[in-house]
Amino acid sequence: MSLLSNILIDGVVYGMVLFIISVGLSVTMGLMRFINLSHGAFAMAGGYVAALLIREQGFGFGAGVALALMFTMALAVVLETFVFRHLYKKSELQQVLFTIGFTFACIATANLFAGAYIQTLPLPEWMQGSVALGARTLPKQRVVVVATGGFVVLLLWLLVARTRFGIWLRASVDNAGMSSSLGINIRLVQCATFATGAGLAALGGVLGAELMPLEPFYPLKYLVLMLVVVAVGGLGSISGTLCAALLLGIIDTASRYVASGFGNLFFYAAMVLLLSVRPHGILRR
Amino acid sequence: MQAISVLPRMTSAPERFPWHVYVIGLGLIFGLYWLFPGNMLIMTRIAIMAILVMSLDLLTGYAGLATLGHAALYGVGAYAAALCAKFLTGDPLVGLVVAAGVGALLALISGAFLVRYQGLTFLMLTIAVVEIMHNLANKMQHITGGDDGLSGFTIDPLFGTFEFDIFGVTAYWYSAIALFLCYMVLRRIMNSPFGLCCEGIRENRDRMNANGTRIYPQLLKLYVLSGAFAGIAGGLSAQITQVVGLDSMGFTLSAEALVMLVLGGTGNLIGAILGTALFTGIHHFAATTNPFHWLFVIGGLLMLVVFLPQGFVQKAVNRLGRRVVTSTAGVAA
Amino acid sequence: MSVLRVENLNKSFGGLKVTDNVSLSLEAGERLALIGPNGAGKTTLVNQISGFLGADAGAIHLQDDDVTHWPGHKRVRRGLVRTFQISKLAQTLSAIDQVALAIHQRDGSINNMWRRKTSYKKVLDEAHSILDALQLGRLATTTPAEMAYGDQRLVEVALALALKPRVLLLDEPMAGVPKSEAQLVLDALERLPAELAVVIIEHDMDLVFRFAHRILVLANGAVLAAGTPNDIRRNEIVRAVYLGKAGQL
Repeated sequence: MSLLSNILIDGVVYGMVLFIISVGLSVTMGLMRFINLSHGAFAMAGGYVAALLIREQGFGFGAGVALALMFTMALAVVLETFVFRHLYKKSELQQVLFTIGFTFACIATANLFAGAYIQTLPLPEWMQGSVALGARTLPKQRVVVVATGGFVVLLLWLLVARTRFGIWLRASVDNAGMSSSLGINIRLVQCATFATGAGLAALGGVLGAELMPLEPFYPLKYLVLMLVVVAVGGLGSISGTLCAALLLGIIDTASRYVASGFGNLFFYAAMVLLLSVRPHGILRR
Repeated sequence: MQAISVLPRMTSAPERFPWHVYVIGLGLIFGLYWLFPGNMLIMTRIAIMAILVMSLDLLTGYAGLATLGHAALYGVGAYAAALCAKFLTGDPLVGLVVAAGVGALLALISGAFLVRYQGLTFLMLTIAVVEIMHNLANKMQHITGGDDGLSGFTIDPLFGTFEFDIFGVTAYWYSAIALFLCYMVLRRIMNSPFGLCCEGIRENRDRMNANGTRIYPQLLKLYVLSGAFAGIAGGLSAQITQVVGLDSMGFTLSAEALVMLVLGGTGNLIGAILGTALFTGIHHFAATTNPFHWLFVIGGLLMLVVFLPQGFVQKAVNRLGRRVVTSTAGVAA
Repeated sequence: MSVLRVENLNKSFGGLKVTDNVSLSLEAGERLALIGPNGAGKTTLVNQISGFLGADAGAIHLQDDDVTHWPGHKRVRRGLVRTFQISKLAQTLSAIDQVALAIHQRDGSINNMWRRKTSYKKVLDEAHSILDALQLGRLATTTPAEMAYGDQRLVEVALALALKPRVLLLDEPMAGVPKSEAQLVLDALERLPAELAVVIIEHDMDLVFRFAHRILVLANGAVLAAGTPNDIRRNEIVRAVYLGKAGQL
């Protein structure tokens, strides 16, 4: 019984991290039809900047993370405006080629600035230790991750369903040309969405630093994982990404606990099953 | 009824090379051998990878199916050739036939399922196939040797006379001739009505349906063909290096092959060879002691290529070739 | 013996009835125009006849065959061919390649994996003559991406003809064609083989009244009226439904 609850808790934590990192990629691919294989670089950037600020520069955890997020989002805005947006019209293979090249450059840059070692992110006092939740004690860090994930879901829901920007976003995902001719500032929507996705990825990189260690090859190592979550969840679907991330997080954790000799075979088998039954996304018909 | 049009007949690309182009190709193989005796190892590697990337071009370039799972077919061919040499016969040509057959078989089994899908779904499923195969190979250590790799087999001399030794001479000729033959066969096949059909599927599936073509059987045929040649590439690799590691069935290899293909240009087989040569060559020269510097170089190259006009690599090679031909013609005159 | 016979075809999407007990029959060489307001179900009807969409009830007969449950590609091979409202062409294959491809599909040589496609003299000759007949000879080596839209529509007709149809379903062949190129398409339609049975969906009434032997008027999925162009011209109900309350033809 405790094995099951362990799997569930760890799985949900893992799933939440995957969701926070991948949701930006899903919306970007759905909105701009832009296959950004370097999305993981934003997660890495967030983790790296936060780690360096907190460890080397003595910033507090909150301040360090906040600055890391702002830095990553600013970086994303610059990249989107001056580089990536020229790729939207190019073919899918060209987007793949460019973003893989960009990923390589990011990996080399990370190594250049901070070496090849794993970056440790020191947790603040209030995130260390455990907390009693009913009959169980859970590490505080895990609770924070899940709580943050829930908060992000709420925030995104509010943004998409209750704000004007959300309407613009949904309209643009459905039909960019039509939305633009209705007066919606497509460039603004694209850039803001991209930056938000990057910022969330950075947050996920910070939160998931224990599960997904920060080292130069990070963007490439976890690329397939992000793509799986996005594909299973359905491009452009926030709720789909959440569902897929949680499901796959639990399955992967379970297989690690129970059948570690098989590596991630069950993870991929699960993906094959889910995709073949729901090729357009887990929550779509 | 007017039977013949006055306009010259031409299809989309020249499909019959004049014979002297083939001679140049063979000459290139000879020339590289004499010019770079110390680099035969890397040229052998390029030749083997080029066959893999050509087989990938069939699916991605001709039929429009981008796949990141091709290493599964390569790897299974490699393991098959190694096991053949270990338990059946060390004859390299038999090993190649076995490798091609096993590659085609895995392609038939996986393709029967995969080819029903398109786009991102298809791509992700191919990733799953290669990852699952990788995990299986790891699990079945008693057959594949797991992390240590499969070794302990020897390859008999080619045609009974040419030994595979550490100098790599036989290996070079073996793989270069294999590349040449594979290219000729694949080119012929893709210049047939079947090849045109695959291109039609890439361009507009609805149109093919409206013509009465059943897409699924045609794509499956292509997938099996591609699997056979990927298996040949794997078999060559196993026979020449005499060891098969888990990385021959890895996602990284698939991704590298795709990058090489797009770098050189999709859809005409030559791009596959050019891209492989370019990528491998740059890797060889840029990978110094620090593996990260090579990433800067190749990353920059990939980003640059995308913003150059389409087919840049091939057009540049064409122009270079023409200049060489005209200058030698001028000298000879 | 009618070459196409549709009997009591019905189709609903949930609560919406898109095809309501439609019947029609077509003889060889006959030109039938399908007209009606937008949303009347004309394309849906053509989709069902061609096999793109399955009907809920009713029967479709092609000459002697009951093709009601046949998949689309099988109907094409029996000679039931359609074109699309928005051109579906391969953008980077030349016109001659595409027509040749259609011919290869028709005569089964598409499965040949070894003979060079340029060695098929008969196929290429036929492809050239089809293009020439549609005044597209000069565009044989051009790709649709490089062509004017009117010419693209004609290439689509060429592909349909390459399949040697007995029944041809034309879905708004004039759609999107600028006035300057319209005459080309009209000429092509007039020069269609005489023994070919044609169903044409069109909104251009000049074309319809010039071209059609009979007209079928659809509204809300059902047949509102059927008859010769003169009958339809004088039909009060058609005027009211198709042209609104003011109803002037």
